[in-house]
Amino acid sequence: MKKIHIIGLVFIAASIAVLISFLQTTSTYDTVDTAISKKGKFVHLMARWDSTAPLQYDAIRDPNFLSFTAVDSLSKTIRVVYHNPKPENFEMSERLVLKGKFNGEFFDCESIQTKCPSKYKEDQKVMEKSAQQTSSL
Amino acid sequence: MKFFGEHLLPGQLGHFFIILSLVASIVATYAYFKATRAQMGPEADNWKKLARYAFITETISVLAIFSILFFIIYNHYFEYQYAWKHSSRSLEFKFLLACFWEGQEGSFLLWSLWHCILGLVLMRTAGKWESPVMTIISFTQVCIATMVMGIYFGDFRVGSNPFLLMRDSGLYDNAPFMHINGDLAQPIRLDYLSYIKDGNDLNPLLQNRWMVIHPPVLFLGFASTIVPFAFAIAGLWQKKFTEWTKAALPWTLFSTAIFGVGIMMGAWWAYESLTFGGYWAWDPVENASLVPWLILVSGVHTLLIFNHTGHSLRATYLFLLLGFSFVLYSTYLTRSGVLGEASVHSFTGDGMGYQLTFFLLVLVIPALILFISRYKSIPTIKKEEQTSSREFWMFIGSLIFFFAALIIIGKTSLPVFNKIFGTQIAAPEDGEFAYNQIQIFVAIFIGILTAVTQYLKYKSTPAKFFLKKIMVPTIISAVAATLVLTYGDINYNRQSYGFLIQIWVAVVCAIYAIIANAAYIWLGIKGKLALSGGSIAHVGFGMVLLGILLSSSKKEIMSYNTSGIPKDFFGKNSKEKPGENLTLVKGMPMTMGKFDVTYTGDSAHPKKQQWYFNIHFKSRTDNEEFTLRPNAFVNYKGNEGLMANPDSKHYPDHDIFTYVSALPNKEKVLDTATFASHKVAVGDSIFYSQGVLILESLTSRSNLPVAGLNPGDQGTVAKLRAFSFNKSSYAAQPLLISAGGQQVSLPDTIMPLSLIVKINSVDGQTADIGVKESDAILDFVTLKAYKFPFINLLWLGIVITATGIFISMARRIKLNRLTKES
Repeated sequence: MKKIHIIGLVFIAASIAVLISFLQTTSTYDTVDTAISKKGKFVHLMARWDSTAPLQYDAIRDPNFLSFTAVDSLSKTIRVVYHNPKPENFEMSERLVLKGKFNGEFFDCESIQTKCPSKYKEDQKVMEKSAQQTSSL
Repeated sequence: MKFFGEHLLPGQLGHFFIILSLVASIVATYAYFKATRAQMGPEADNWKKLARYAFITETISVLAIFSILFFIIYNHYFEYQYAWKHSSRSLEFKFLLACFWEGQEGSFLLWSLWHCILGLVLMRTAGKWESPVMTIISFTQVCIATMVMGIYFGDFRVGSNPFLLMRDSGLYDNAPFMHINGDLAQPIRLDYLSYIKDGNDLNPLLQNRWMVIHPPVLFLGFASTIVPFAFAIAGLWQKKFTEWTKAALPWTLFSTAIFGVGIMMGAWWAYESLTFGGYWAWDPVENASLVPWLILVSGVHTLLIFNHTGHSLRATYLFLLLGFSFVLYSTYLTRSGVLGEASVHSFTGDGMGYQLTFFLLVLVIPALILFISRYKSIPTIKKEEQTSSREFWMFIGSLIFFFAALIIIGKTSLPVFNKIFGTQIAAPEDGEFAYNQIQIFVAIFIGILTAVTQYLKYKSTPAKFFLKKIMVPTIISAVAATLVLTYGDINYNRQSYGFLIQIWVAVVCAIYAIIANAAYIWLGIKGKLALSGGSIAHVGFGMVLLGILLSSSKKEIMSYNTSGIPKDFFGKNSKEKPGENLTLVKGMPMTMGKFDVTYTGDSAHPKKQQWYFNIHFKSRTDNEEFTLRPNAFVNYKGNEGLMANPDSKHYPDHDIFTYVSALPNKEKVLDTATFASHKVAVGDSIFYSQGVLILESLTSRSNLPVAGLNPGDQGTVAKLRAFSFNKSSYAAQPLLISAGGQQVSLPDTIMPLSLIVKINSVDGQTADIGVKESDAILDFVTLKAYKFPFINLLWLGIVITATGIFISMARRIKLNRLTKES
């Protein structure tokens, strides 16, 4: 066996080890209940904004504090705190991917990904809007 | 049925040319295939002639499709879905080209066009390799042509047609007002076009000059990887296993340079117009184009090894075949919609997943089968490389790049893994660190190898020779690295101490790579420019490494929040993390690093809902002042919310980078009110138009939890209570801080009353209170600002690397010519 083959095998073993250890650090997609049950563990909470509950955000007092209630597909709710400005499209989004952990009191969110209605529906909406503007002229 | 105002001719012509390009590329593939089979003689010549005509026809067709689509966009023919979706009347001319690449169809056309142009060059230069190489390229062109066909076979749609009409797109199916009598059951009304006044416009984030130039360069990079791939296939197919390597080398170099520049132009665009605060985020879309580039770099190096020593031919085949294969895989990843949740900027699916999978497999699987079945026939040298030889360490370097690429693509492919196995695995908590913690080792090893390998000779190197040559650069590097580590203040503290040490080691290696290669231009090749391509490229690469390491590890957030302090200060939620965003009320300076930063005003784009915010920076330590103008699209074309574009102040050694992260959610009203000053004692009242303010107390405090303050700095808190005429009362607590002989006033706002109060000065139990009434909502912006050190080193490194590779390429072309003539 040549040196290069040995080195190649070492690299292959190392890459496999790296990828396996990567799989161990990955996280999960969760609902409110399962996120609460995994207290302190980083999860992706799939939910949407509960617009009936109060939303707290005052950029003048503190631009890095957003608090709102998220509701999941099983209608369970949880309070979410996010230490960043309110994301773009927040009110428009139909789904939120909340990355963070439940700390016993609330869901401490590190990042929010907003999922807007599909592009197709969006296109329709935009089109209707522009057409209505036209017809109201 | 005839609709009013439609322009149907361009679309019909477009359809015609799409079909023509498909047919022509099929003919070219078949004819080149026959020419390859016939090898030589009049039969081969006739097939080749036919193939060339077909390929030229195809090139003309693709150009025609391109021009027609541009004509449609330019003339705002919104009856075509492509124009409506990707452009608008207000779009500046310079961005019209960017509309092309926003959609799947346009970017496929761009790719196809580059294949055509590369094909024409190959026709002139490839000589005896023309027929087999062009067979592969023409076949790929057939695949790409189907991507823009948009023809249904039963329910299965093949491709997506850029000339699709709006009324055929299905967008009106649920829009009653587009139908006769407003009834969905009725056909579309004949004057429907009069309701479409404007298009949906180009995504605001793509309205950037780099979006005009980055995609064409990147796609040239993508497209050019097919040339080495096709040469390798041709070698295997024709069983001329070794003859193609010299001809393929300049092409592989070209591809590496252009592809690399294309990727980094994207990084520059991300830095200039996206707001994730950097140029690289390990986003799947970025990784997908980085990975084939890394493999291609491996391929260039093994190709050089083979041309000089006869070693590493099998690895060369593997790398060049996989380079293009991963281009196809990245096409699948970014366009099939499989990334979904995982990426912020991939294309949506458009239902082309199956076709893209087919495109990937139909090229990659035969290529790999051919490689495996001919593997034993590929010549190798039985004798092992010596450990003191250049080729040995070049090969190790290539392997490191290759495995780095495999690890990156492995992690990036998590969504594909989920799709195949039906699992639901999500990305880890710190996605970027998952990449960085491995790639830092790659940087270390590649840095060292880049530094020393040039000093080794092919075959074997006498130890004395090597040590003598490398001594001086090593000593200079050691001194330089010591200086950088001592005075560079590299204290990245977001991860463990171990990771910081790895960064330090990598910085040393990168410096070594720069200095050793720069020195080699004189020590090794006596300053001969024509020969120094490799060294120049490696100097550039070392600068890229160093630039990445310094700019990432020394990145500072400047906008640590101080305006939210009153809340912290009064201990409501003491577990607060320091906020990274700062709110600037118009006209009120705030502290950011060594600057006083004021939001002085804004201006609107004449045609768009786009605002430019003037953020004035004034240094407290010297006389420096400047204004940055980050801008944002607000509620743009139905996209409620904010789409921000950053602005940067460039210095030679760092950038100040800022963008708007939040805005008041109200109609914009001019705020002309000013602070009225009132001298009052505790217990006194201040009248304002809506009621009365009472100063309840003045207390002095130290140990203020304000960033940048010393424990000894004193602060005064005024407790004020506002009573409005409607009997409601509100508390406010402005703050006056004296720090280092300076007084800083932190105002407080009573939003419901539109009142701002601040302390101008304090004298015992008397204070001068400033009260500002704003009859409108307050004008403010919330900002995020970074300091990026040494980012220019990265950009400069890219330019130098590419220059070096092009010098190398020129030399290889010249050498090939000389051998041909002799």
